[in-house]
Amino acid sequence: MSGPDDATLTIETTLLGRRYGRRWALRDCSLSLPRGHVIGLVGPNGAGKTTLLHIVAGLLEPTTGQVSVFGTRPRDPRALARIGFVAQDKPLYGRFTVADMLRMGGWLNPRWDRASALARLAGLDIPLDQRCGSLSGGQRAQVALAVALGKHPDLLLLDEPVANLDPLARRQFMQMLLEHVAATGMSVVLSSHLLADLEEAWDYLVLLSASRVQLSAPTDELLHEHRMLSGPPSKADAIAAAHSIVQSSINEHQANMLIRARGPIHDPDWSVRPASLQELVLAYMSAPLAGVAPALSLVGSAPEGSR
Amino acid sequence: MFEFQLDPTSGVATYLQLVQQVRQALRIGILRPGDQLPTAREVVAKLAINPNTVLKAYRDLEREQLVVARPGQGTFVSHTLDGPDPATFARFTAQLSRWMSAAQAAGLGPEDIEAIYRTAVRDRFAEGVA
Repeated sequence: MSGPDDATLTIETTLLGRRYGRRWALRDCSLSLPRGHVIGLVGPNGAGKTTLLHIVAGLLEPTTGQVSVFGTRPRDPRALARIGFVAQDKPLYGRFTVADMLRMGGWLNPRWDRASALARLAGLDIPLDQRCGSLSGGQRAQVALAVALGKHPDLLLLDEPVANLDPLARRQFMQMLLEHVAATGMSVVLSSHLLADLEEAWDYLVLLSASRVQLSAPTDELLHEHRMLSGPPSKADAIAAAHSIVQSSINEHQANMLIRARGPIHDPDWSVRPASLQELVLAYMSAPLAGVAPALSLVGSAPEGSR
Repeated sequence: MFEFQLDPTSGVATYLQLVQQVRQALRIGILRPGDQLPTAREVVAKLAINPNTVLKAYRDLEREQLVVARPGQGTFVSHTLDGPDPATFARFTAQLSRWMSAAQAAGLGPEDIEAIYRTAVRDRFAEGVA
């Protein structure tokens, strides 16, 4: 069953779509996601992030298209054993104690690592005899993550894992997650709205908007290629001719643009600075049809040059 | 053990901040040959950043031959880093100071001078970074 890319890809989808009644929650989604990365899945509400994660986790069947995880269908038991999934509401059984949750994890998962799950919870001072229903939001998230990591997945899917956590709990959650990634090389797909908090954690970004894939690329490639420019409006056309404009705001005195640069900008009339991941994502999100060049593996059918 | 600190307001890419901190520590003698750098796992557990960011920084330092990675043991400092020698430093400082006097005499203010300097640095060193 293993295709040639099985060794390097975690998730591969081809024209994946999911329809609810007459509404498409996800459409024409084609992705080839590499292994060994922490992949950020971003996009506005309703863009299809949760739908995509549920399909990859094997919880939802697509309406159209194909999906494979480690070269097999997600619902194949061989794939399921390797996929961890923490849903947005961090489902734990409220009447179970933390110890019960770990015991259940051990029963349900062939590769269960009880010792490291215990060590993680001990490190966070979470008492094992406490009922999950009485944990704080931060502790719930940490227990859910500890159970998911105890399974030793090769791919962990996290849907908005830190959305409701205070900054300290958020940081502890990410430290626990990333330390496990550093130790094991586990691949992660993590959806979130909190761009500023997570841009250091992601090294690959997938932007879904209007239920389609708008960007899918390593973050250092994105940061390397994009620039914020500010300069004279009279020279805006020259920039547009030489580079791709993602977003621009031009008045009679000034032109501000986020561009995907195709080379250096030498003209000293332009002040040039790197774009942050956050600026980049916001710019693409507010220009959902931005003409993205093929190098950024735009998938879908967005028309060119929609500034 | 050496500890990294991140400056989220610096605008400098995180892997570059890590590289610069090691270089700076070598320059002023906080790190010496034989010292061990924290493992990627230790850095990640503290800073909550992507492990590949740390590995990228360490690869850069290895390419510069400032550190060596010993499989199974860790990453160790192999060289010190000297700044420019004092005479060279003084020579270029004096040249720049003469240039600035000329610029000032021509009516340029500090912001003009900074714009010229920044553009020159960008053209010189950011080639290909675009």
